[in-house]
Amino acid sequence: MSNNEKPQKTTDLHIGDAVPGCKKKDPMLVIDHVKKTFGGLTAVDVEHLEIPSGVITALIGPNGAGKTTLFNLLTGFDTPDTGTWSFMGTSLSGVPSFKVAQMGQVRTFQLTKALSLLTVIENMKLGAKGQSGESIFRALFPGFWKKQDADIEVKAMELLKRFKLDTKKDDFAASLSGGQRKLLEMARALMTDPTLVMLDEPMAGVNPALTQSLLDHVISLKGEGMTVLFVEHDMHMVRHIADWVVVMAEGKVVAEGPPDTVMKEQAVIDAYLGAHQETDLGEVTGRINIIKGEDK
Amino acid sequence: MDWGSILNNTLAGFLTPTTIAFALAALGLAMHFGFAGLLNFGIAGFMAIGGYGYAISVLTFGLPWWAGMLVGVLGSVVFALILGIPTLRLRGDYLAIATIAAAEIARLLFLTTAFTDVTGSADGLFGFNSRPDGSGFQNSNPIPQGTYGFGPFTYNEQTLWVLVFGLIVLTVAVWFLWALMRSPWGRVIKGIREDEEAVRSLGKNVFAYKLQALVIGGVFGALGGIIYTAAQNISPGVYVTSLTFFIWTSLLLGGAATIFGPVIGAVIFWVIQAFLSNLLPALSTSGILPVSTTQASTLRFVLVGIGLMLLVIYRPQGIFGDKRELTFVK
Repeated sequence: MSNNEKPQKTTDLHIGDAVPGCKKKDPMLVIDHVKKTFGGLTAVDVEHLEIPSGVITALIGPNGAGKTTLFNLLTGFDTPDTGTWSFMGTSLSGVPSFKVAQMGQVRTFQLTKALSLLTVIENMKLGAKGQSGESIFRALFPGFWKKQDADIEVKAMELLKRFKLDTKKDDFAASLSGGQRKLLEMARALMTDPTLVMLDEPMAGVNPALTQSLLDHVISLKGEGMTVLFVEHDMHMVRHIADWVVVMAEGKVVAEGPPDTVMKEQAVIDAYLGAHQETDLGEVTGRINIIKGEDK
Repeated sequence: MDWGSILNNTLAGFLTPTTIAFALAALGLAMHFGFAGLLNFGIAGFMAIGGYGYAISVLTFGLPWWAGMLVGVLGSVVFALILGIPTLRLRGDYLAIATIAAAEIARLLFLTTAFTDVTGSADGLFGFNSRPDGSGFQNSNPIPQGTYGFGPFTYNEQTLWVLVFGLIVLTVAVWFLWALMRSPWGRVIKGIREDEEAVRSLGKNVFAYKLQALVIGGVFGALGGIIYTAAQNISPGVYVTSLTFFIWTSLLLGGAATIFGPVIGAVIFWVIQAFLSNLLPALSTSGILPVSTTQASTLRFVLVGIGLMLLVIYRPQGIFGDKRELTFVK
């Protein structure tokens, strides 16, 4: 994939105006009245949100906006106080996280969770779903799982090649660098054949050269028919790859829309974007006409 | 000093019913801690339930020996479930606290005079290995009466029967653990040891796997208790917390995340124990050690404690552990 070529954006995803909570033509995740409080702090309070299928959606917002908490709620790693949400029409309220993953909604973590004392290839093979050798009785007799395991290994090696980790396959994951662990985690998530990939800050702590290859990987997921939802602070990346942007602040969705338009909304700039745009920091803090500097 | 006798007794430590019992229990801990990352400080409780389950079933309920042993194993399964279902959802450290408490509860239940009729209280139980009606473990002994073996490895037919039986059980347990840990099931278990949440995010039912691991390791512990009990009387004074830590020492000696490590570790532990318990009193008698003979034989436990500390500081992966693991120990 060429670095300079602009990836094909998918447009025309919503029905009506691109306002917070607007309907999508083909929603994958539908969230209603999801609220989570920690003591007196309302971490997430989302009235209505739909995540479109088959495209890349970015979830942005300042620190503490509730992005990761929303991720945890959607994947069953945390339970909300109230609210319902569904994935491809199936309600996920009260469904434990491992079942959510089995349904095809896989996530990665902000703090990378590589399984340190497992080799890279073992990390990968662990990701595959529906392994008969994972049942304790069949595990005892290799006849039940030997062939499936070999197939999984072939698939794992293909993915590792794509992520340029194939030479590391017999190393402990602990020996990988931070960026390589991010790659491993993403590759491992893909071993589950997901329909929705949720990436929590996939670029955090990754050097620019690796960022480019990670970006290409994320874009290629869309090409393979997967839906991507990711949290990211890097606005260049968001603008580069996202088809749709959801902006959160103080637990609420304050804006959503295609990246080029949503980043120009005053609410977004107020909440978050100013400091991260290519504009002068002084200009932002001074509430001076920021959009003027951009002519896109 | 009689070096011949010291050497003889030391070598005898290689193969005794106690060594096999320790190997089995350490294998259980390897499943719990080494592979699944479950901090179980209550392995003595699992052993006690195995041993008492066997003895009580035979004495009180008149079951044949093999059924009694099965009851001991089932008892440990129930114990693991009672322990695991409320605590496995919590963080690892809480399991450690709960297991140490549960093992003490089990021991005190066997010790209390409230159940003297059944448990024998502080006196323990005896006479269950040979039964007048011929249903006991030693009644099924196929080995003719006599003395077998050579040098330090001389056994009568009764001990030999326990050893043969114990070695068969140990072999099956080692095979079972090996077969599990090379399988995809074992991969999930090791993944859980590294990071539960990551494994959960890949669609595995972490709680069910942890419970399975707790039950399997608990059964190994119970089998250890049963072999221990099959060779002698049972007494609650054996299943104290220090037994748990001796098993831990055996495990860490050999290597926590290995299959043969716990077995070799148990052997090394008992050879060293046998050596010290013969050497130290001899040193004291010959005036080299300025303590009484009784003090000298207790000194070995101090040395075991020091050994355990040195082990976890300088070689946490054990003798058989992967050297690379040391580099990444958290």
